Amino acid sequence: MANIAEESLTLSPADLKAYYREMLFVRRFEEHCNTAYRKGLAGGYMHTYIGMEALATGWLNSIRKGYDYVITAYRDHAHAIVLGTDPVAVMAEIIGRKGGTAGGKGGSMHIYDPKNGFFGGWGIVGGHIPLGAGLAFASRYRNEDRVTLNFMGDGASNQGVVFETLNMASLWDLPCIFIIENNEFAMGTRLEYHAADKELWKRGLPFNIQSERIDGMDVVQMRKDAQRIVDWVRENQRPYFVEVMTYRYSGHGAADQDRQLYRTKEEEAEAMQRDPIARLRAQLIEQNIMSEEALEAMELEVEEEAAQVMAKAEESPFPDPSEVYDNIYTDMTPEQGH
Amino acid sequence: MGLEMTYRDALQKAIVDEMERDENVLIMGEDIGRYQGTFKVTRGMVEKFGDRQNRYNLRILDTPITEAGFAGIATGAAMAGLRPIVEFMTMSFSILAMDQIINHTAKVHYMTNGEVKCPIVFRGPGGAAKQLSAQHSHSMEGWYAHCPGLKVVAPSTVADVYGILRTAVRDDNPVIVYENPGLYAMKGELPEDPDFTVPIGKAQILREGTDISLVGYSRMTHINLAAAELLAKDGISAEVVDVRSLLPLDTETIYASVRKTHRAVMVYEDWRSGGFGAEIAARIGEDCFDDLDAPVVRVGGLNVPMPYARVLELQCIPDENDVVAAVRKIS
Repeated sequence: MANIAEESLTLSPADLKAYYREMLFVRRFEEHCNTAYRKGLAGGYMHTYIGMEALATGWLNSIRKGYDYVITAYRDHAHAIVLGTDPVAVMAEIIGRKGGTAGGKGGSMHIYDPKNGFFGGWGIVGGHIPLGAGLAFASRYRNEDRVTLNFMGDGASNQGVVFETLNMASLWDLPCIFIIENNEFAMGTRLEYHAADKELWKRGLPFNIQSERIDGMDVVQMRKDAQRIVDWVRENQRPYFVEVMTYRYSGHGAADQDRQLYRTKEEEAEAMQRDPIARLRAQLIEQNIMSEEALEAMELEVEEEAAQVMAKAEESPFPDPSEVYDNIYTDMTPEQGH
Repeated sequence: MGLEMTYRDALQKAIVDEMERDENVLIMGEDIGRYQGTFKVTRGMVEKFGDRQNRYNLRILDTPITEAGFAGIATGAAMAGLRPIVEFMTMSFSILAMDQIINHTAKVHYMTNGEVKCPIVFRGPGGAAKQLSAQHSHSMEGWYAHCPGLKVVAPSTVADVYGILRTAVRDDNPVIVYENPGLYAMKGELPEDPDFTVPIGKAQILREGTDISLVGYSRMTHINLAAAELLAKDGISAEVVDVRSLLPLDTETIYASVRKTHRAVMVYEDWRSGGFGAEIAARIGEDCFDDLDAPVVRVGGLNVPMPYARVLELQCIPDENDVVAAVRKIS
């Protein structure tokens, strides 16, 4: 389908510097998460965004932060951080502390920050897609011009409830952007083994939804495409379906320790050549926006900042047992005790 | 004198009154608009809140037949501040939406540690109607009442269904309103007070007695009233406890009755094994052991998929004779 939205955005050197810093911080943050998991500080299921940073930076800098709605699955740390949630609170949640975004009740998969428009953080593959359309439904109902970004993985795109939602989003003109973060693997199952047609972007077409595939490894192009699509949806009050091509360098989750079960080291090395952070770094030098020395100084600063976030999160105490019944309901508790 | 109306019309009146009171309240479901609702609860509402010719009307919204999808969309809308009422054509179809309701709706408030509220009502007929057979006759209330994060109500009278539904719409938590289709045509009286509501979480005594407590909810409360009438002829004074709300459960009212009568029969239409009545019976047994003169007896639906033939269907659903027989076992 032709790109009907016009591209008009120009990015300043300051923008590019800021995106480099942001993506790098997300990567360092995620590396600390992996370390925390190995040390036993974090448990359960934990999924990092390493390799996919350009998507969060590209999309979330294209919306009105705190006004537009954002929802995603369990690979959610980056979305919260880029939207402006205190990274200490995100890390504290990941390691199950009282100072976490959900007081230690959610963990890595369930980061929320509604005041920044971030509605999670959901663990059932594809299950949150109707919720995202529901957020868009509310803004449509109230005649607001909010846009909802509804992120999912390539694996989620096969779930029945996703197709149900696409139908209703189009039927009711919901201003919702369905974004497939296609990292080529549904856990350990490669795209060609889980999708009858690898061109996932076509899945919006049967529902009469504007649909396209874009590259998610070049943050500059990602940011421009995102702005173009966000503006079009805000203007036209219609849904949009986007497949963004990306790659995750880490395993599906921290518990995925044997990536060679589903892909080769050669393939990973090839994907590393397209690394969005390295690519932007090269552009910053090439375009004389930053010197090697300035970049190294920034990188050191980001590394220290991420280490401080980890240290501060660890200072937060564990939740008190008395809190276990809090916030199941707004006004009561269920029957208590074993 | 109050207003006389059917249970079905009381449901509609509660929905209309709440939609007129608060513009964030809307109703969505399959065939509820132009077709007026399968059980006609929403008859005439599409004209009242819009226009039949509109392609879609967000306040009284006809949905595609995709229960999981629209239950989720309504949940997301509630997270963003609307107060949707979702009608399931029958509660049996809510099984398709259970991942949304249990894995999503019921978890919103807890997983956000109280940051996001989810004020939503899921309602519809549950239990056997008439010869709808195995796939359309489920009693779903026990499945939902098992789940922390939901409230579950099962009103048995015209006044209660009106008052409780209004309270449910105003509640900031997800509420399941279980309506037995056998009650829709039943007439009753609604108080004239335009602000009349009934709190969630309060049981009531519908008939006082001294010899045995008959505990039930929804249509089974009427079976218990009929059984009490039969028992009275034999000189047995039965007290009828109408539970009204399964989650939260008003154990105080139930236990007070049992402590007075020292005997209890728990009556429910759901499958006898593992139905919510079994939970209530267990709690009475555990907490009122010293007050009981006999074991608590369960009267439930037969543990079979609901058969079609009327004679077999009636065999499956408890009636007043089954209740009387259970009372005789422990009297």
